[in-house]
Parts: sequence; structure tokens; C-alpha cells
Amino acid sequence: MKNEMIEIRWHGRGGQGAKTAALLLADAAFHTGKFVQGFPEYGPERMGAPITAYNRISERRCTVHSNIYEPDYVVVVDETLLSCVEVTAGLKPEGAIIINSGKTPQALRELLKGYTGRVCTIDAGRISEEELGKNFPNTPMLAAVVKVSGIVEPDAFVTNMEQSFRHKFAAKPQVVEGNLHALRRGMEEVRVG
Amino acid sequence: MGIRERLSGNEAIAYAMKQIDPDVMGAFPITPSTEIPQYFSSYVDNGEVNTEFIAVESEHSALSTCIGAQAAGARAVSATSSCGLIYMAEMLYVAASNRLPITLAVSCRALSGPININNDHSDAMSVRDCGWLMLFAETNQEAYDNYLQAMRIGEAVGLPIMICQDGFITSHAIENIELVEDDKVKAFVGEYTPQHTLLKNPMAVGPYATPVYYIESKRQQAQAMIDAKRVVRAVADEFARMTGRQYDLLESYRMEDAERAIVIMGSSAGTAKQAVDELRELGEKVGLIKIRCFRPFPAEELAQALRNTLAFGVMDKADSFNAHCGPIYAETAAALYAQGVGAPKGISYIYGLGGRDVRVESIKRVFSDLEEISRTGETGETYRYLDVRE
Repeated sequence: MKNEMIEIRWHGRGGQGAKTAALLLADAAFHTGKFVQGFPEYGPERMGAPITAYNRISERRCTVHSNIYEPDYVVVVDETLLSCVEVTAGLKPEGAIIINSGKTPQALRELLKGYTGRVCTIDAGRISEEELGKNFPNTPMLAAVVKVSGIVEPDAFVTNMEQSFRHKFAAKPQVVEGNLHALRRGMEEVRVG
Repeated sequence: MGIRERLSGNEAIAYAMKQIDPDVMGAFPITPSTEIPQYFSSYVDNGEVNTEFIAVESEHSALSTCIGAQAAGARAVSATSSCGLIYMAEMLYVAASNRLPITLAVSCRALSGPININNDHSDAMSVRDCGWLMLFAETNQEAYDNYLQAMRIGEAVGLPIMICQDGFITSHAIENIELVEDDKVKAFVGEYTPQHTLLKNPMAVGPYATPVYYIESKRQQAQAMIDAKRVVRAVADEFARMTGRQYDLLESYRMEDAERAIVIMGSSAGTAKQAVDELRELGEKVGLIKIRCFRPFPAEELAQALRNTLAFGVMDKADSFNAHCGPIYAETAAALYAQGVGAPKGISYIYGLGGRDVRVESIKRVFSDLEEISRTGETGETYRYLDVRE
């Protein structure tokens, strides 16, 4: 069996949910039959400190337990990290970087030290504010990552996420709808440059 | 066929505990094992288990709680890491010498200082001579499977057992796992029926032993550890019949015709397997031996596995600070000497301390060293630190 492994590195700040997003992506891929790894890299644990999380997604179990140095995709949950963390380090040119930002891909590319692959932006904060009334960028970010990477087939992804939202927010149906809207908008509104 | 799930190593241990439903948990939190009592306490709160959950003020008391409970005839469990484990050290000896088969989950973490929350094996290695059985896991699956086998092993020989996994690397990583159905777990683990308990027949637990008796007591403890090798294998065979997953004292990976090998324990064994696969693709005769059962130490088996190699490296995620080698290297060398195996040249590598990332490339550097040693016959320095800035 072929084992096309996809490796993803998440950059965020402590408390923003980058680790949770990585675990959610692992869940989504797990539900479509894949082997998954989702793990955080723990440094000094404090709110606001830059943190990293990782995903490996493959057809067969991956036995490697190291961090990821040559990711296929990089996800940046907080765009202020672009000026202080080398987010494109090792990123494959045939992959992509996906940034939570209201700016255009063209505007952000110049901050990316000559990265030649796709630069994608998604205004996950705004979508979240509009659909959920709060800044929970994870859901639209995750949708954008799925759309750009094709790790999970989009329809299967939406179906699985809907099930998990209905399970998680059984007592709050309005939150389910808000999350589903945020999910769809994440997939539709991601800008690829 | 088991249940397909995805869990972190800590979740997997807590889930195994839930399926087993032990009588008592003595709990005090410490990173990275905190999630184990945390998840388990929710099972207690939800009424999913009948366990008496005893929150105490320290690890010393957590283990003391387990000792009291186990002596009374209960199945007792706990979980800890790092400084918590060595704070238990006094009571670890008491549990083992009183022959109380307590089960302790350890999410291994470095010891201070400098203060560090990440993985290495300094904690487990520092208590390796306390008289506990010790199994190490490469993955979340192995942590779970080892835990399901733990009580069978410990109770058969009357020794406490540590189920160790790598802090954060497997304890906090979500990966696929195949769970065993509840009824099968219950049937496999069975009921605990101790020969002697405080409650049934009044007896002295932990009395004073004069020089007339002390060494005999220790000799019996040593015999239990010797006997445990057979039990670890027998329980593994029975587990394999239930799940199809076969375990042993050691795992030999691509060791057929291997000229160069590494001996390794824990999560980095998986990373090393990838290195072995890549080097085998290039025609290099390399392999690895993973130690699953560290106590009892599989001395004969390890010596036999290494006997036909030209050079080997022993990977220690802890230093003994003895100015010549790490703890697993010392035991490996002793095992080879006892078996009269003198030809392979061995190097002691200290690696991955305090969470230093261990990469496929790191392991390839070890094999590259071993290639040079086997080609030239020159070992050079036999006590080496891997991937360190000097």
C-alpha cells in the first residue's frame, strides 16, 4: 500500500487553541479511516508564548515520534508570529502556508522570506466573530486547511464535523449552526495566492 | 476485532484503568501524568467505576495509600512522573519488599535541574533497583496493552509493576489505537485474590527483620524477579491469543543478518525503526532491539540477539554519571560478558535528555558511527552524547 504521508506544523500562541486545532484535524482525518498523529511541542507553558503543534496523516501507522522539520503545510493561527518565528522553515514549495489574517496573500508573501509555494489567507477571526459572536478561530481555520490540503474529502469532512458538533453541543443547537456556518465559510473564503 | 479509536497515551492508560475498575487509586498530580488521574476521576465522578479515589497531598502519600490498600487485599493503582516518582522512592522499596502488586503508570520525564517538563528516562532509571517490574512502551497502543497485562504479571509473582511511557511524546500525542472490549478486558485481568491480606488473616506487614532474616527476605524478592521473566512471556502469549498483538521481553526489528544494531527503549524505538528501514533500503545490514521489559532485565535474550553483530550502540535516555556509560549499556555489557559474548564492539550513547528531539537523522548518525567502528575495528570514545552542542 502506498503511504503518502502529509505533515503539518501549526504555529500559534499559548491559549489560542493551535493544539486543539491540531487535535481536531487529527480527529477529522481519523474519521475518514486514516492513521493520525496530533501532538503539541511543549516549551515554557504560558499564555501568549509562541507554541507549535503537529500532525502526521497517513494510510499506514507512522512510527516516527519526532517533531516535523519539513512540513507539507504550515498553519499560522496568529499573524503577529510572522515577524518573530521563522514559520516557513523547511516548508515544502509544493505545499502551502495558511495564515489567519484579513490581509491578502500578496500582502503577506513579502513577510515570508522568499517562500515560493502557495500563500493562503483566511480571516478566521472575523468569520468566528460573525458566526459565533466570539473569537474562536479554530473552526474556520480547520476548514481552510482541509480545503487547501485536501487531506480529507470536503463533504466527508463537513459531515463528520457536523456529527461532532451535534455531539459536543447537544444542549446548544444554535452553537451547532454557527459552527457549521463558520466551517462552510472557512472553506469558501480561504484566499489562495 | 477490537475497537478502532484515537487516544493519547495518558487517555489510553486512564481508559484501561476504567475497564479494569481497580479498588483504589491514590492520586497526586504531576506533569505529564496529571491527565491520568484527571480523566480517571471523571469516570469515578460519573459512577462508571467503583474505585475509591483518594486524593492526597504528595506522591509519597499516594503510594503509601496504595500500599495500605493493597495490603488490605485491594487492587491499587497510581500514576506519576519525574520528581513525583523519586519522591515515592522510599515507599517504592516498601511496596516491593512487602510483595504488594501495585500498578503504577509512569509518564517519564526529566529530573531537575535545570527544571524541565519534557521526556527522558531519568526518573524511571533512578528507581530501577527498587524491586519493581518495569515495562516500557513505544506507542500509546503499547502503553495500553502493557497496562492490561500489568496486574496479571504483578499478581502472579507478588511484585509491584510500573508501566512506563514517554512523557508528552506518547502521553500527549493522539494516535490511532485498537481497544479491547470491556468484557474481554474483565475476563483477561480477572479478580484479584491475594494469598495473604490484612483483612482476612491478621498479619504483620513490613515488620522489622534482623540480620537473621533480612537477606532471606531479599533472596525471595530476587527469586520473584527471576520467575517474572516466564510470567511476562506467558501473559504476553495469552494477550496475543486475545488481540493478535504479540509481545515479548524484547522486540527484535530486522535483526536477521544485522551487522550493526542499536538497543533502545520507549518512543524513539519507532523513530529508529524508520532509520533502520531507510538504511536497509540502501542495503545496509542494520537492525534494532527494543527493550520492552526492563525489569526483569532480559539479559540472556539481549546477549543472544547481539551475539552476531560487529558493533552495537546502546541508547540511554538517562545518564548514570559514572563517567563511563548509561544504565542500559551497563546492563547490556554485563549480559554479554555473562554469556561469553565478547566480539561485538559497543558504544554507550546518552540521547534525548530533557526532551531533546530525537530524529530519524539522529539515529542514522549512530549507525554511521557503528559503520566506521565495524570497518576500522577502532571504537574510539565509547561514552558519547548524541546531538549535543559542545
